[in-house]
Parts: sequence; C-alpha cells; structure tokens
Amino acid sequence: MQRIGVFVCWCGSNIAATVDVKAVAEAAKGQPGVVFATDYQYMCSESGQTILKDAIKEYGLTGVVICSCSPRMHEATFRKAAESAGLNPYMVEIANIREQCSWIHKDMEVATEKAIILAKAAIAKVQLNKPLVAGESEVVKRALVIGGGIAGIQTALDIAEAGYKVDIVEKQPTIGGKMAQLDKTFPTLDCAACILTPKMVDVAAHENVTIYSYSEVVDVKGFVGNFTVQIKKKPRYINENLCTGCGACTEKCPMKKQPNEFNMGFDKRGAIYIPFAQAVPKLPVIDADACLMLKNGKCGLCSKICEAHAIDYTQKEEIIEERYGAIVVATGFNQIKPTQFEEYAYNTCPDVVTSLEYERLMNAAGPTKGHLQRPSDGQRPKTIVFIQCVGSRGDSCREKSYCSKICCMYTAKHAMLTKDHYPDTDIHVFYIDIRTPGKNFDEFYRRAVEQYGVDYIKGMVGKVYEENGKVMVQGSDLIDNKQITIAADMVVLASAVEPDPSARSLGTMLTASMDTNDFFTEAHAKLRPVESPTAGVFLSGMCQGPKDIPETVSQAGAAAVKVIGLLAKDKLKNNPCVAACNQSVCNGCSQCANVCPYGAITYVEKEIRTPEVREVRRVAEVNEAVCQGCGACTVTCPSSAMDLKGFTNRQIMAEVDAICR
Amino acid sequence: MNNEQLRDEIIRISGTNPSKCMKCGKCSGTCPAYEEMEYHPHQFVSMVQKGDIEPLLESKSIFKCLTCFACVERCPRSVEPGKLVEAVRLMLIRQKGANHFDAEDLPCLVDDDLPQQAVVSAFRKYSK
Amino acid sequence: MTYSYYPGCTLRTKAKKLDTYARRSAEALGINLEEIEQWQCCGGVYPSVSDEIATRLSSVRTLAQAKKAGNELLTVCSACHNVLKRTNADIISDADFNFRANNYLELDERYNGETKVVHYIEMLRDAVGFDELKKKVVNPFKGKKIAAYYGCLLLRPGNVMQFDDPENPSIMEDLIRALGGEPVIYPFRNECCGGYITLEDKSLAQKRSNKVLASAQEKGADMVITACPLCMYNLVKNGTEHDLPVYYFTELLADALGVKQEGEGQDNE
Repeated sequence: MQRIGVFVCWCGSNIAATVDVKAVAEAAKGQPGVVFATDYQYMCSESGQTILKDAIKEYGLTGVVICSCSPRMHEATFRKAAESAGLNPYMVEIANIREQCSWIHKDMEVATEKAIILAKAAIAKVQLNKPLVAGESEVVKRALVIGGGIAGIQTALDIAEAGYKVDIVEKQPTIGGKMAQLDKTFPTLDCAACILTPKMVDVAAHENVTIYSYSEVVDVKGFVGNFTVQIKKKPRYINENLCTGCGACTEKCPMKKQPNEFNMGFDKRGAIYIPFAQAVPKLPVIDADACLMLKNGKCGLCSKICEAHAIDYTQKEEIIEERYGAIVVATGFNQIKPTQFEEYAYNTCPDVVTSLEYERLMNAAGPTKGHLQRPSDGQRPKTIVFIQCVGSRGDSCREKSYCSKICCMYTAKHAMLTKDHYPDTDIHVFYIDIRTPGKNFDEFYRRAVEQYGVDYIKGMVGKVYEENGKVMVQGSDLIDNKQITIAADMVVLASAVEPDPSARSLGTMLTASMDTNDFFTEAHAKLRPVESPTAGVFLSGMCQGPKDIPETVSQAGAAAVKVIGLLAKDKLKNNPCVAACNQSVCNGCSQCANVCPYGAITYVEKEIRTPEVREVRRVAEVNEAVCQGCGACTVTCPSSAMDLKGFTNRQIMAEVDAICR
Repeated sequence: MNNEQLRDEIIRISGTNPSKCMKCGKCSGTCPAYEEMEYHPHQFVSMVQKGDIEPLLESKSIFKCLTCFACVERCPRSVEPGKLVEAVRLMLIRQKGANHFDAEDLPCLVDDDLPQQAVVSAFRKYSK
Repeated sequence: MTYSYYPGCTLRTKAKKLDTYARRSAEALGINLEEIEQWQCCGGVYPSVSDEIATRLSSVRTLAQAKKAGNELLTVCSACHNVLKRTNADIISDADFNFRANNYLELDERYNGETKVVHYIEMLRDAVGFDELKKKVVNPFKGKKIAAYYGCLLLRPGNVMQFDDPENPSIMEDLIRALGGEPVIYPFRNECCGGYITLEDKSLAQKRSNKVLASAQEKGADMVITACPLCMYNLVKNGTEHDLPVYYFTELLADALGVKQEGEGQDNE
C-alpha cells in the first residue's frame, strides 16, 4: 500500500469558486492509502510547492495526487518539486479539476461531486504507479526551416549565427516569399526589396545554411532531437553547378505567354524563367507544363543558347533524406482570391483587384514599372475605392472568422503611396473598424486622413458593378446614414489572408495541431507562443496566425532562440512512459508493429521460458528511445501483451473502477 | 410589452440573432429599397437589438422591404436583416385591425396583367 | 424521365405562355410532365420567418403529393420554386415546423422532406443536358443578344436554393448559348425588379425595373428573358423607360425547338 498525499488547489477563484475544495480534501482523506490531504490557494506557487515538499518528507509519502489544472499546464512543475523532495517524479498524478470540472460547471454541488470522483480516480491510479526512470537520447545538431519567406529566412539566419547548421526548404523556385512582392512596408515606408533582398543574399551565403529551393517536405519521422525528414527536390531542368544565372535562356524561349505568378498574372513569362531579378538562388526553372521540349521533344532552344551547358531536360525529381534535431514551420500565407464574393465583381470586372495585385501595380519592379494603370485599358485611375474586410470577420460559410490584421495598415499605405505619386487621385476607403494597434500605426493611418485627405467611409459595400466604363461602388455611409454610389476607375479589395494550403498536409506529417482555420496552434497562447504542442516543432510567422512583418520577424527570432536552446543540449531526457511487451504472452502477430506510427517495434526470435512452456518464439520488442508512448499498440494487441508504462491497463481499469464505485 | 419582451418576441418570430451584427452596414449598402425607408436595414438590426421596436412598428419602412433577400445573402455575420423587417411587420399585422391592405383596396390597384402571384404575396406580406 | 409538375396559379391565368411552352418543349424533349392532381397555391409568401406555419402548409401538401407519386417535383415559376424549395428545406432543418405541419395536415404518411424540388432550367441542364438540347434546336437565335434576368427568387437565399452562384450565376446564360443566342452579362441580373411592391409603392417598382432594363440595355441586350410572371409584369409594365422586349424563357425554348406555332405569341405578356 502506498502512502499517498492529496493536495487540492484553489487556483485562486478558478477552482474554488465552483468546487468546494475543503470538501474534496476531506473526501480524499477517507480513501485507501491516503495519509495526508490539504487544500491551498495556489499549489503551483513557491509556497504551494513547499507545502508539497514538506509533506512528502514529513509523512514519508510514496505517492502524490494534485487536484488542480490540466497536467499539460503544471504536471512538469509538480513532478520537479516531488523529485527535489526525493520522490520519483512518476509517482505524481494530476486530477484535472479545473478544465474538466470547475470551468465547465456552474453548480457547486455538482462540480464538487465530480471533483471528488476525479480525485478518487487519481488516487486509485497512483496506488499502482511504479517509479520510472527516463532514458536519454542524442540531439541531432541541425535544424530544418520549412518555408523561405521573411519568417523562415530570419529564423534560419538566427540559428545559423548561433553556430548551428540549418536547412531551408522552399517550395517556390526562389526564397523571399510574399514580402518580395511588396512595394513599401508600413509604418515607415521603407522599400521591401531594400530590406529583404540583402537578407536573402545573407542567408544564401551563410556557411551554416543550405537552401533547398523548389523543394517540398514529403515525409517526417522521429521525434524531438531526432527527426528524419524526406525532402523532394522538384526538377528545375537546370544543372545548378553549371548555371551562371545569366538569363540568356529566358529571353529566347518561344513560349512567352505564361502568366507571371510573381506579378500576379499581370504580365507574362517564358516556359523557362527566373521568378524575379533578385531571386535567390538566381537560377532559372523550366515550367514543365509549358515547355515544348518537355511536352513533345520539339524545341530545345534554351539548351542551344546556354553557353554553360546547364540545361538538363532529363533531370528527375530527387528525394533527399536528412536528420534534424528541430523543425520550424514557416509556411506563411496567401491572400484569398475573392471569387466567392462576386458582389464585389472580382471575376467580372478587370479593374477590381486584390491588394496584393495592387501592390504589384504600384511596384517600381512590377509589370507597369510602378506607373499605376488600371488593368482594363491601361488608363491611370482617378478615383479609387478600397474595400476592407473582404472575406474576413464573417460568420457565413464564405468568410474567414478572423480579422486578417494587416489590411487596415496596408490600405492606409496604398492610399498614401497613391496620393504621393498622383496627388489628384480621389481615394475612398470603406471600413467597418480601423484596427491599428502597433507602434506608430494609428499615427500612420491618421496621416492618411489628415494630411493626404483620404476619404474614410464608415460602412460597407453592397455591390460593385461596371457601368459605362466606370466601376460603380454602391455602399453605405453609416455616419451620414446614407446609401451612396461612387463612380470609380478602380476598386481594391483587402481580401482575407489564409494559411498556405501546404500547411494542412504538413501539419499531419508533423502531428502538429491546427485550428479550424488551418493555422498551427501554439503550445500555450501566451506563454509558449512559438512552440507547437508537438515537441521539437516550432512556429514562425503567418502559419500561426495573421501578423505583420515586425511581428513576424520577432516571432522568427523567438523560434530561433527555442531551437538554439534545444540544439545546445547534447542529450534529451526521454519520456519513460513508453510501451513494453510482456513477451511471455506475445504471440508475434505483428499487429502492434503495423499500427506503430514511430517504427518503434521490432520482432526478435527469443527463447520464452514460463512454467508451462519453453520454446523459441517470434516476439515483439520496443525500442524505448523511439517509442513516444501513444498507446496505439496496447489497444491493438489481441493478447494484452503490450502495456504502457505509467498508463498500464491495470491503472486505467483502477481509475474506471474508482469513478464507477 | 416592455422593450425587452418586444425584442425577445421579434427574435422569436424571426428566428435570427441580431447580436451577431458587427455593424458593418453591408445590408444598407445593398438594400434596393433604401431610399424609401425611414429606418434603414442596419438601423432595424440595431433597434431590434436594443428593443427599440415601437418606432419601427409605426414606421412605413416595414412595408418597403421587397423581400429580395439581398441583405440576407450578403450579410457577413448571418444576421439576415430582412427577416427582422419581416418579423416586425408580422408583429404589427397580427394585431387586430392592423391589416395594411384590405380586399376592398384591391380593385383600383389591380390591372388586367397583374399576376395572381403579386396579389397573393402582397396579401401575405401586408395582411393577416 | 417523368416529373410531377406543379404549374402554380399564375401559370393557369396570366402567365399561360410560360406554362404552355414549358409543356410543349418538354414533350419535344421527351420529358414527361405529370401535373399534380388538385394542386393548391404554393402559399406565395416567400417565407422569411420561422414562426409562420399556416402559410407554408399548402406547399407541404404539394411536396407530399410528389413524394407519393415517387417523382421529383418540377416547377417553372420562380416564386413557386422558391416557396416549395425553401419549405422543403425547412421541413428538414426545422423540427418544430416539421412537427406542427405534419400534425396539422394529417397526411397518410408523415412528410420529412423526401421530395426533390427541381426547376425547369435545372431539368434542362441535368436531365436533358445543354449539349443535347443544342442538338435539338432547329431555330437557333443566331446573333441575338439575350440578357437573362434571374431576379431574386431563383437565387436567394443561395445556401437553400443552390440554383447557382447567387452573385455570379451562369445557368441561364448556358441555356441561351444552347439555344444559339449570345448571352449578355449585366450587373443587375440578380437585383430585384420590385416584386409585389408594385401594389404598395408603384414608383419604387418602376425605379427598380428601369434600373434592371437600363443595365441590360447598356450591355447591348436585344431582349430579356425571365422565369417569373411577376418579374415579367414589372419589367413590362413598370420598366417603361426602356423598350427592350421581355420573354419567358420557355417561349424562346419552344421557338428554338420549333414547337412554337406560327403567329403565336408575337407580343410580350
């Protein structure tokens, strides 16, 4: 019989307002094995921990139950405290009476009854706990950053600067991401290219950084400190070692009618192209869907021109396998094409564009060399209407539920830049709310109103339509209580941002959790904002939620620090709650090995000796360094040979019995 | 009925939830009968939310809605303002003697080509 | 293919052409329309609120009759289609309405939304197929610029009607193409004509109808087609600033299929 101490936390009023904590402690006292029970305001505080440590010593406790918040929150805290008092940390059990009890109940009587039941279950379990000792595993001193936008670049640079090797995997032919497409950046209006392209060069030149451009992660195995990742390198049809990046091949390509993605389709590129002049790596790529040579073997012009003989039509995709200690997700975002919002006429009217498209039309390196021309006829627009919150903040099936966060600021930026170039332009902005929380942000927006005379209209647009060559914008002006129609030359839609579509499959590969919008979730919204709940996986930039460049760069640095902290360790303590096989009853059926997601189970021929049998049999063996303790094998095993340490079948049944008693 | 009861009754009849409104004004930017209305669609939502129903019941605005569902379709918050207009109108015409339309009025309004559909709809919308 | 056919009140009187040509074209296309026996008015109420029960009962009865016949229910009039389809959706999604409507009607078998409500144009697209239809056209509308007027009732609310993209529909344009015409896409094709407001505020109906026709004319339309008798009325009687001819889509269909008789229906309704 264990000597068990029970500690009931109030969590301030979080638990105590709904659960009668004294009654829970009293009830615990009567349970078998319980020699001490008490309650305290904040068990996680220093004085709370002292109460725990003192009790362990004074009462010679061999098991501890803490009735408090979720084990995700403070299990590690209490285990550490118990260990310092000489108790094996795995003799500590948490009864979650906050998230699973006080927070979801209103009635004190009911909540108290449930808290007592949860406490009894934990007490029953700890009776069967056994001391466990964590093993150790080595840390691979190399990091992987998935995504080569500003988030990925910054994270990689910071990790590399600390002296660790880091690889960037970017699915596009060049790094740079969305920021490379921007003209100027708010609130200081420095040119995006001027601050980004040097970083692109730095990261590419860094001795610790390897860039896999035009590549994708296709498989992830392993665990924190030791991931094995497969990277698919898509064929560029260019020999990277020979190519000088001169670009002669791109000029002669006869297939010049391909929409140029970098310029949002406003101009054309060849089948062989370099995405933009400052691309890194500065290598061309052949678009296999457009190239005549690759489609039907007729052409080969680029190959004939290339003096370096770098064109290689036979190139095949390549799978690279590499091991990493840590993985950073920096997959970024896309601006939605507002095709589901045809009241704004995006499909039917060429002069209705998204803000990212407008960004290219304003950009000195863009398709119009920075001269603002409307797409339909190349005329300069004299009246421009900006519509904010297109597809954001909604509740119907069409919209995103969240605020896209960056639109208020970039719309003010667009308005001012336009006015700077063409002061006689009339600019109207339809807004629902102006959201400018950030350093110098509101001042920036006010400048648009006060100094530039941009007309901000509190209201929303109901319909955009084309009439007599004008883009008519019908909307409400809620301050004047009017319905207005503006005859505009161009309309710019601040359409919502969304996570890059590649994030979903990557999330599955990494077993990293995502919210309903496919943004990666952080381990703790406030205290662990750059870590995913999956150990060894970190988050950087828009993949975690909408954010602007300064925030992205901050988060990128923070993610790098977490990675460095991990890679600085030579060994990591393993979770000792792993599977174990009772080989005397194992019948070697292989079902456990089939369901194991980590490849932790192997089969060995072994002599089995029991009082009844003595034979050589094929039995399962668990590699404890690889097992992550998910428990899939234990429920699959038809002969109950598999069991999970710390969560044995007996322990779980004891908990169930205690609940049902 | 006090304001709170009036509000709850309108919410019950309409089956919609005005507190989902984020006050964007898209309904009023959409409404084809906007100019004819004394209280505009966004005001309907706001006034219902506050229980300020009396002025709506007395306003001609409730007979100007075309039931075209444009605001219902475009509302980003699924508030469906048109249903609130309909609910206020029903609250009025369900009262005794409050029909907006009488059969006697009809002959002078109807011409030879007017489809039955219009008469039926108008009666449904304006009379108990 | 056999459908239970629900013409609705207006198609028997003021909108006979909509009905006649629908039947004749269906026959030419090998579609069998079985008129529902002793049908009643759909209710005409473009149902909007959840506590109106009585006004939707006749629609439930019609839907139940089609279920009994084992057919999909075919409608032509936009208003009937809207009312029937939405009532059907309510029967499925609103348990309270389902309970009360069934209790009141005392049908042989409770009605739970089993019937599929199909609009004539959907039937042309899905059962006949626009490509097949095109092959059967004998008098194509070559060079004719035809503006489809959808109005409100076929499209909205989009999540229930599921007729087409409510902001950028294309099904009637596809029909026009199948009939050999050139569809005119204009922004007011899904905006209201004024509807029943013509009885309450004629000037509003005039404003709306003129706006629709002006929009079609600006985009170069020679004629407008509609599926709704009330839209037809408003566009013709209240849209007087413009002299664009307005036809029921079934009339064009019958003409293209060669089943419209000489001298028949030269004028608008």
